[in-house]
Amino acid sequence: MADFTMPALGADMETGKVVEWLVAPGARVKPGDVVAVVETHKGAIDVECFLDGVIDDLAPLGEDLPVGAVLARVRGVGEPAAPAPAAAPKAAPPLAAAPERAPVTASGAPPRIKVSPAARRRAQELGLDAERLQGSGTDGAVTLADVERPAPRPRQATVARRGFDPAQMRRAIAAAMARSKREIPHYYLTSTIDFAAASAWLAAYNRERDPAERLLPAPLLLKAAAKALTEVPQLNGFHVNGVYRAGPGIHIGWAIALRGGGLMAPAIHDADRKSLPELMLALRDLVQRARSGGLRSSELTDPTITVTSLGERGAESVLGVIYPPQVAIVGFGRIVERPWVVNGQVVARPLVTATLAADHRASDGHLGGQLLVAIDRALQAPEDL
Amino acid sequence: MTLTYREACKQAIRDALLADPRCFVMGEDVGKYGGCYAVTKGLLEEFGPQRIVDTPLAENGFTGLGIGAALAGLRPIVEIMTCNFSLLALDQIMNNAATLPHMTGGQFAVPLVIRMATGGGRQLAAQHSHSLEGWYAHIPGLKVLAPGTVEDARWMLAAALADPNPVLIFEHIVLYNTEGELDPAVTAVDIRHAKVRRPGGDLSLVTYGNSLPKCLAAAETLAAEGVDAEVIDLRVLRPLDMATVIASVARTRRVVIVDEGWKSGSISAEIAARLAEDALYELDAPVRRVCSREVPVPYAAHLEEAVLPRVDEIVATARSLLAPR
Repeated sequence: MADFTMPALGADMETGKVVEWLVAPGARVKPGDVVAVVETHKGAIDVECFLDGVIDDLAPLGEDLPVGAVLARVRGVGEPAAPAPAAAPKAAPPLAAAPERAPVTASGAPPRIKVSPAARRRAQELGLDAERLQGSGTDGAVTLADVERPAPRPRQATVARRGFDPAQMRRAIAAAMARSKREIPHYYLTSTIDFAAASAWLAAYNRERDPAERLLPAPLLLKAAAKALTEVPQLNGFHVNGVYRAGPGIHIGWAIALRGGGLMAPAIHDADRKSLPELMLALRDLVQRARSGGLRSSELTDPTITVTSLGERGAESVLGVIYPPQVAIVGFGRIVERPWVVNGQVVARPLVTATLAADHRASDGHLGGQLLVAIDRALQAPEDL
Repeated sequence: MTLTYREACKQAIRDALLADPRCFVMGEDVGKYGGCYAVTKGLLEEFGPQRIVDTPLAENGFTGLGIGAALAGLRPIVEIMTCNFSLLALDQIMNNAATLPHMTGGQFAVPLVIRMATGGGRQLAAQHSHSLEGWYAHIPGLKVLAPGTVEDARWMLAAALADPNPVLIFEHIVLYNTEGELDPAVTAVDIRHAKVRRPGGDLSLVTYGNSLPKCLAAAETLAAEGVDAEVIDLRVLRPLDMATVIASVARTRRVVIVDEGWKSGSISAEIAARLAEDALYELDAPVRRVCSREVPVPYAAHLEEAVLPRVDEIVATARSLLAPR
């Protein structure tokens, strides 16, 4: 028996409200299934459950519950049903209950299930029981990938989604950004990048293709940033309790402005490993879901860095505010034609201003500069992106 | 510019002799014979017998002379023909060179550099083929360098001579004949940091010396199978740059340590222990090691090959840490 608890969907979330259960009591759930819709200041979020078994004791709808509160219980397959709980099913779950740990098996019990240390830590963060997962690692151990692997399942019923409350979102942004500026000693770096090679490559790529398959500059900028982060991993992670911890992958939070005000930066997972067409699709999908609801909880909890691109109607550069506990934010301004010196001649070139705001507690400007240099280098070879 | 590791070592020594009149070379056969591995060939003719000093076969004696010269303000480069023979000088290295700065409360520095040939692979048998750098890395007061590239062979010596502590440089006998590219823009290297020689995301191969090219070759084989291995060149075995190793393991979560020394009580054991102490929760698989078989290195070529770490062994060990794909 394990608890399924209210996840923290970002540093600024304190409470959430279950507005819909997508599973019935007694349903079988697998790790990665979307089981509930939770309303937060970021709107209605599809919350994944990373437990395996039969779900029961669902929390009532519509109540504000703190992060960590028990939302449901999941019984492992084959595990006998728990004795009927004394509490009435409508009773409010205990607030901020400590997650219940399965008792350590005593000697004489079946052989210990192997879980890698990294997988064990991640499972704890996600509030799931790693010993219930199928291990794919060395000696059959449960690995990080086993813990993080989502098991996608088609949505059974579509329901009317509730939008976000702009005033509530404004308050949440205010809290997170004020905390960032209060706690994080930002430093800022700027580089102007010649976008001619990327532009030419993009034009040639798009000429061959139907409109639906064409690429915008955004995935190129995103991929260039992701590739650069593989070279400068010190900017891809979290500063927590005075210590920098590298992210488990390059999960780029892509800043999306919402109609009616507010913004979100949900994750594009493993952006360094995705092709440009995959990134284009991911961006379209993410923007659509951010604006209309349907983001997944892992997309809000996983970003290891934020990238913001102002697009063709934006300003020429942006000096971002870091979203804690991340340690950096990369910004791209509008691509503009300006005079530029090439081989001693002044010529008109498309240019983009790349900026970095980074946490000086976690890195120094020299390192930050390397990231911008790497982004520039990546954009000069768009065919390799 | 392409040059051999041997030539890089020689240019480094020549530079040092030209740059500093306090600098001289001392060791067995370094003068008339030109060095057992021909590193100092031609230097006697250029610099004369005051600067290129042939010594008797007495490692403890001439290493002690080197320490005395360093204490008196000179900058000796002592060559010990192979690290196996350095055991005869262990008393001087450990009880004098490594301890005098400490025992004099820092009043005396011992700016001594000792170069030694190390490692197997050239059929020189059990008294000339061992890798003892891991032992020396045990001793506080020493710095222990293991250049695995032409660049490090070319530039580590200057950094070692500039260091007030006794510095031991282990040059691998197989590397002397290898060629590498020298970046003209690089004119100095540090002797503090490990280096990522090949970035990768799927597992870390942590190594040094002649196991570096083996790991790079293994990484290419793995790349063909879709496995992206990161190769970390330790470069400096004391003090160990664990920050670089842990940062890599935190990215890849899997690590194979490749060390030509024997496994028991080796530098690979030290790295594995420190990963267990400081990076346990980064690991997604057990730490694995590829080391030499725990026997004296044999003379026969096929047996010697079987004893030393091999590329196919590194590849197989790496595969054992990854889910079948």
